[in-house]
Amino acid sequence: MKVLIPSALQSYTQNSHVEASGLTLDEVLHDLDRQYPGIRFRIIDEQQQVRRHMRIFVDGVSVNDLSHAVQPHGEVVIIQALSGG
Amino acid sequence: MATVAVLVATRKGAWIYRADSQRSMWEVNGSHFLGHIISHLVLDPRDKTTLLAAAKTGHLGPTIFRSTDFGKSWQEAAQPPAFNKVPEGETGRAVDHTFWLTPAHTNEPNVWYAGTSPQGLFRSEDGGITWSGLPGINDNLQYREWMGSEKDGTPDGPKLHSIIIDPRDPDHLYFGMSGGGVHESIDGGKTWQVLIKGLDVVEGFGFDAANPTFHDPHCLRMCPSNPDRLYQQNHCGIYRLDRPSDSWIRVGRNMPKDVGDIGFTMTVHPRDDKTAWVFPMDGTEVWPRTSPGGRPAVYATHDAGETWHRRDVGMPKEQAWWTVKRQAMCCDSLDEVGLYFGTTSGELWMSRDEGLNWECMARHLPEIYAVETAVI
Repeated sequence: MKVLIPSALQSYTQNSHVEASGLTLDEVLHDLDRQYPGIRFRIIDEQQQVRRHMRIFVDGVSVNDLSHAVQPHGEVVIIQALSGG
Repeated sequence: MATVAVLVATRKGAWIYRADSQRSMWEVNGSHFLGHIISHLVLDPRDKTTLLAAAKTGHLGPTIFRSTDFGKSWQEAAQPPAFNKVPEGETGRAVDHTFWLTPAHTNEPNVWYAGTSPQGLFRSEDGGITWSGLPGINDNLQYREWMGSEKDGTPDGPKLHSIIIDPRDPDHLYFGMSGGGVHESIDGGKTWQVLIKGLDVVEGFGFDAANPTFHDPHCLRMCPSNPDRLYQQNHCGIYRLDRPSDSWIRVGRNMPKDVGDIGFTMTVHPRDDKTAWVFPMDGTEVWPRTSPGGRPAVYATHDAGETWHRRDVGMPKEQAWWTVKRQAMCCDSLDEVGLYFGTTSGELWMSRDEGLNWECMARHLPEIYAVETAVI
């Protein structure tokens, strides 16, 4: 499935659009990390929680549950919350 | 001829300044990691080439970057410091940022220690590529109670800092926690003892001074020339400890009363255990944490804290409200010793005569979090 990568993480992927596979959001993020080592920990903490200022949308719906099922031709969008200074 | 490097970590990246031993013409290299929050940038004194940088990127999780060519190129740690995953239903901790980096003993090449926010102690045995938590601290329920929650910490998170290795014994370690007191291990970090006797407690209010929860050491330093002597800038004053005693002495009571002995940072002379420098800040009423009265100054002692001397020649005389954070003042090892500090307003200051005269090396940097030096 297609995964859209925010600019802050494109140092890992060198691209804003990448492909990753899995049956759940967790599997997709692990596949992403397999391809781009280190990227997952910048998004998901060690307690398997989406980091405070990161948001993940699956097919347009905001998702915090990593066990959320994804469709093979769906789309995952990772963005940074608009905060900071 | 020796080269002096000044490693500057800021809220928006890192910079490296280099000069020969005259320390008069500085070349700047940077930015590195522009836009990343860099809490600490440290050179490995054992190879004088490897740099580690503790980084967080605003919204992204924390990591460690590592360079083996003095900053020409950087690689990310494969396994940055992270707490253990707790079982379902329990609330676990997540590292917000690595705050402090310390190279281990000379006889332990490639070993490093890291302190994090919230408070955690981590060790790497491969030069900073992979990190593991020390269970004697991170999984110790007594320590978790002393650490308190993230709400109990400093405004940008509670911190484990000032990790110190005894140059005579790689298994003899100290660290401080804000909050949570001072701690010592003599078995390489497996077990720890509290070291808070003699320290005043936050606000008074009758808190139990024997409880580490109420202690907030800001910065610990061990004298390189005498590892049995430690100094400490604490939330509640300036202290000295001469081992084997376990009781701190508040030498800050000898500071001028109108300046006080509150501050974040402290540094000690590389060859004289009676000489140390502090940068006082305003710790009155609502704790402005600015230079007292808007008149910044370093204070020096040359008699182990019995007397203190104002060192402000070259600094602004009024209306300068910056301060210096706990990792942001240090000295080099040349003769005469060079002193360096970075301000919250992004100025880098130095003295090449042990604090008698000061000049501004750089202006307009982001808020400076840490300054380290290396003589190469």
